[in-house]
Amino acid sequence: MSESLMVPTMAEMLAQGKQPEVLFWVGCSGSFDDRAKKITKAFVRILNRANVEFAVLGTEEGCTGDPAKRAGNEFLFQMQAMMNIEVLNAYEAKKIVTACPHCFNTLKNEYPELGGKYEVVHHTEFLKSLLDTQRLTIEGGQFKGKRITFHDPCYLGRANKIYEAPRDLIQKLDAELVEMKRSRANGLCCGAGGAQMFKDAEPGNKEINVERTEDALETKPEIIAAGCPFCNTMLTDGVKNKEKEAEVKVMDIAELIANAQDL
Amino acid sequence: MSYLDNILFFIILVLGVGYFTINVKKIIRNIKLGKDINRSDKPSERWKNMAMIALGQSKMVKRPVAGILHIFVYVGFVIINIEVLEIMIDGLIGTHRVFSFLGALYDVLIGSFEVLAFLVLVSVIIFLIRRNIIKLKRFIHSDLKGWPKSDANYILYFEVALMSLFLLMNAADYHLQLLNVGEYHRVGAFPVSQFIEPLFNGMSESLVMLIERGAWWLHICGILVFLNYLYFSKHLHILLAFPNTYFADLNPEGKFDNLESVTKEVKLMMDPNADPFAAPAPDADAVPAKFGASDVQDLNWVQLLNAYTCTECGRCTSSCPANQTGKKLSPRKIMMDTRDRLVEVGNNIDLNKGTFVDDGKSLLNDYITPEELWACTSCNACVEECPVNISPLSIIMDMRRYLVMEQSAAPMSLNAMMTNIENNSAPWQYNQQDRLNWKNEQ
Repeated sequence: MSESLMVPTMAEMLAQGKQPEVLFWVGCSGSFDDRAKKITKAFVRILNRANVEFAVLGTEEGCTGDPAKRAGNEFLFQMQAMMNIEVLNAYEAKKIVTACPHCFNTLKNEYPELGGKYEVVHHTEFLKSLLDTQRLTIEGGQFKGKRITFHDPCYLGRANKIYEAPRDLIQKLDAELVEMKRSRANGLCCGAGGAQMFKDAEPGNKEINVERTEDALETKPEIIAAGCPFCNTMLTDGVKNKEKEAEVKVMDIAELIANAQDL
Repeated sequence: MSYLDNILFFIILVLGVGYFTINVKKIIRNIKLGKDINRSDKPSERWKNMAMIALGQSKMVKRPVAGILHIFVYVGFVIINIEVLEIMIDGLIGTHRVFSFLGALYDVLIGSFEVLAFLVLVSVIIFLIRRNIIKLKRFIHSDLKGWPKSDANYILYFEVALMSLFLLMNAADYHLQLLNVGEYHRVGAFPVSQFIEPLFNGMSESLVMLIERGAWWLHICGILVFLNYLYFSKHLHILLAFPNTYFADLNPEGKFDNLESVTKEVKLMMDPNADPFAAPAPDADAVPAKFGASDVQDLNWVQLLNAYTCTECGRCTSSCPANQTGKKLSPRKIMMDTRDRLVEVGNNIDLNKGTFVDDGKSLLNDYITPEELWACTSCNACVEECPVNISPLSIIMDMRRYLVMEQSAAPMSLNAMMTNIENNSAPWQYNQQDRLNWKNEQ
């Protein structure tokens, strides 16, 4: 943990005349939210360990515009998109990895028509490829035999049909992967998508994150694994609501891998 | 003298098919009120979707009980129509069981129609029980109060009546065949109606003939009435499921369309060479684009086709996280409201000799409230669930766009989020210059 993180920026890379293997898109949550920053750092520790030449945009990165678009503000979305595309294209970015499924979806699906064409991967896919090519090896470590359930983020699962990469990673930890009654294409939303993260829920009789946390707790997990900073927040709040925070942890897949490595 | 029958049959057939054709034209006219959208790309993928999802019912069986029963009804409906063809020919030229020259094949056909009719009958009765006795949540939901609930039951009653008449007709025919009366010579196999046939023992031949003819006429008239009922009913899905799955969005569910009208303006804003005081381009007499949708004419024609196709099964609503947690949003209601408003607009056009006269109403507010729209998490559960690839989400998003871009009517907290993005490129109030601070924090 004491080892300092190596986080080069695209500007520094350019100054050295280098093009990184992959651009790590940190996202707003990953940059500013205290909980999500831990995910960002866990992912960077893995990248450092696997000697992946990556770079971030740092202060040149801006919101992808996802919450603005889903709130209905197409203007603001396209403004953000055009600005980001100008920066990304100026650096001739080819491949982008991100730990946020919302950024992932927007960069992958909605930027190309606006002139931003990149190979975009979610960090769970990227981690899986590191393991598949033996650039990274892991053993279960502290997660061996633990009951872990995975919550499918809507913008990773249904939106982009990525269901297996996160599950493969959990299984590589020799953990016991337990499925919720609603999973994969039938997975229930955590309640944060569509800009709900930034507003109070409309009147109803229950919070969506509590409903989803109940699904997760039914599997009697030791860890609820997530692959999205928003889902992480919603499920952490849900676990607190159910007063289970002493027994059940909510962790990102990147944190599981990093912790298994004692990184 | 028997020509009278054939002429009567012909008139009924022309009236039945003619009235339906008039109404189909209205549906097409109404769908064309929608904005243009190009869905002619990737035809092979589209045909494949239609074959798998509409013809192959692949999404129906995700819920196995309803799915399998539905397949019985659907296959029954399609196959028994071969029998309807025979009925039409018999009716028009005065033959009796004109296909009976097929011999053994005819036996197989009639036999399988009977088995299917029986399966349809059983399935439909189970459907009625699910709706009215077990009262599954999605069937007693508040969306369905009034006409939609009756509509669903009428369709099922209709099918019970049609299948019963078909079997009764065959039973009477079989009874007369056994007695070798007149033109009722021994043809066909009757694996189901042979058990009904003994009912006629002891009845006079003329009474049984009357029952057979009566069931024949009621059956074919019933089918024509049912055909015309479609226009007024959610049951239109039996036809529209095919074009609907063909024209459905092929993009990943997470990809929302980028508004082209916005792209033009944003590009102009970001162009350093653009003159902000320049006079509008010469083609500026065109009506300025309206952003988003407040009424059905602002939606695209595929969204309107979606609305006519929806059969109100409610799988979308039962999987919607907002609806499950007591919010007002119901994706099914979004589709039902869109159709109701479209029909209202269509009737307005009919009344006013082909042009729409403003009625002071709109889809937004009069049908769908902002509270419903703001409850959506854009999770795509409704889109994933729909057995015929309808997208309630695309309508919700277009209506949010109208609220935000035309009316600046977003909830306060969302306005704050958007202001932050405008000012500091993050949805929260953090300085963009601090984006990399995490690197050095412990």
